[in-house]
Amino acid sequence: MSIQVNNITHIYSEGLPHQSIALDDVSFCAEDGQFIGIIGHTGSGKSTLVQHLNGLLKPKSGSILVSGTDITAPEVVMRDIRRKIGLVFQYPEYQLFEETVEKDVAFGPANLGLDEVEIQARVKEAIELVGLDYEEIRKRSPFDLSGGQKRRVAIAGVIAMKPEVLILDEPTAGLDPRAHRDVLTMIETVHAHENNIIFLVSHNMNDIARLSDKILVMDGGRLALQGSPHEVFSREETLISLGLSLPEPAKLINMARQKGIPAEGTVLTVEDAEEALYQFLKKD
Amino acid sequence: MIRDITLGQYFPGKSWVHRLDPRIKIIATLVYIAALFVAHDFLGILIAVGALAMVIAISRVPLSFMLRGLKPIFLIILFTFVLNLFMIPGKVMARIWILTITEEGLYMAFFMAARLILLIIGSSLLTLTTKPMSLTDGIESLLSPFRKLGVPAHELAMMMTIALRFIPTLLEETDKIMKAQQARGADFESGNIIRRAKSLIPILVPLFISAFRIAQELAMAMEARCYRGGKYRTRMNAMKLEARDFAALILMILFLAGMIAERILL
Ligand SMILES: Nc1ncnc2c1ncn2[C@@H]1O[C@H](COP(=O)(O)OP(=O)(O)OP(=O)(O)O)[C@@H](O)[C@H]1O
Ligand SMILES: [Mg+2]
Repeated sequence: MSIQVNNITHIYSEGLPHQSIALDDVSFCAEDGQFIGIIGHTGSGKSTLVQHLNGLLKPKSGSILVSGTDITAPEVVMRDIRRKIGLVFQYPEYQLFEETVEKDVAFGPANLGLDEVEIQARVKEAIELVGLDYEEIRKRSPFDLSGGQKRRVAIAGVIAMKPEVLILDEPTAGLDPRAHRDVLTMIETVHAHENNIIFLVSHNMNDIARLSDKILVMDGGRLALQGSPHEVFSREETLISLGLSLPEPAKLINMARQKGIPAEGTVLTVEDAEEALYQFLKKD
Repeated sequence: MIRDITLGQYFPGKSWVHRLDPRIKIIATLVYIAALFVAHDFLGILIAVGALAMVIAISRVPLSFMLRGLKPIFLIILFTFVLNLFMIPGKVMARIWILTITEEGLYMAFFMAARLILLIIGSSLLTLTTKPMSLTDGIESLLSPFRKLGVPAHELAMMMTIALRFIPTLLEETDKIMKAQQARGADFESGNIIRRAKSLIPILVPLFISAFRIAQELAMAMEARCYRGGKYRTRMNAMKLEARDFAALILMILFLAGMIAERILL
């Protein structure tokens, strides 16, 4: 599985006075097993970009190759694409509609045309993977759950389809710290388990720095920067001018440097910072 | 896409037509519709076309944009045309199978279709050049004399404002939910009618829930800002007639008089 995006452009409400260029000549590629983080300030085109990856939106120009097939071509069957590429929307809890949690999670797998036994197994697996108690929750109405629980059920609905590419658009927005951690742990588990490509859109630089193999930085519809976390987060000034910031551990070490404490290398995660400070203290 | 529906949509602009008092525009639209029914021959229609073309030119709303609004009602226009073409008795011009086309029928078919198209474009010009909020303000103000007869003018206008305000929101919501369900493999296009109706459930249930949530949030937000009904309410932007409004009024009277004169004298 590989995804190659070539020069895509998307314009909303084209030809009307309020038209907006949401994507402008964006190109990048993603390979098997990669974890890709997407960052950018509000309205920079992140959601628009990820909706192109599973064919929900069509670009005005440019092409998107999924394992070599161009999904922007008119003759491709969209169902096959969406079967391979799962997308969890921003605030996915608003898409719940079934009477029970179990039935709601089963909606996606059932649309794939799987048999009853397989669907049951996947539903159970997905619900447990998102950290919910299957036996306790399966017969409850999704509308009686708390916000965080609804979010997990909605994510389970996509995971149960076992997509080869999993896209999550701000899956932790508005969650408490515990639920935030749980959702991320779950994403890591899925990634380790299925070795699929993951796209994670997030405003949380710490998560992005820790998890990503590659980061895409969006600004006003353009891809402003792309590269490994080290490459991207070494461009502090650029990031700040784009309305973004460094991960907290990196800020801490920068402050320490200003106070005259020498620390080597680029620091991205808490572990990196810990190591840098440990090396410094050891020298003393 | 679902958002591209133009009927009843506002086209932002600063033209002379945009800046007219909404009350004048509402009356003008009603007068124009009445005038279309005064016309009884093609000369009358021609005058109406001329007047409308002038107003459209001043409003600077692109013609292509206005014509797009006709698309959804194209079938109705076609139906009117065909019905008139074959159903009016008179001097026979042509026969096709069991159907006959008469001279009178042909004339009426074109006449009625033209009238219908003008009616639609004329009234859509009102919504294209007037913000929904000023439109309802205008309706409220025009209805207020009837308040003594028990017409709840403010409440009606408020309901309309809210309804208009939430059309785009609900369209957006529908769009989002449809995409989310498509991403889970939902298929709205294939299958027989029962399957297709069933495939709407995953859209309708979340949509209703969203609508109720939005309504509740709105009610709470209004309550939190101490909203209470129409009595003693004053406006931030009071409507005041200006010179251009009187000019429009005079033009309107001249137009109607012209149409009536054309009908009586010619
Ligand atoms: N359905 C739509 N119709 C018209 N314009 C849209 C639509 N969706 C998004 N836009 C516009 O496209 C631009 C990019 O929006 P997008 O939702 O992709 O941003 P985002 O990066 O996901 O922002 P956020 O962080 O707030 O989720 C914005 O300027 C937005 O106003
Ligand atoms: Mg977004």
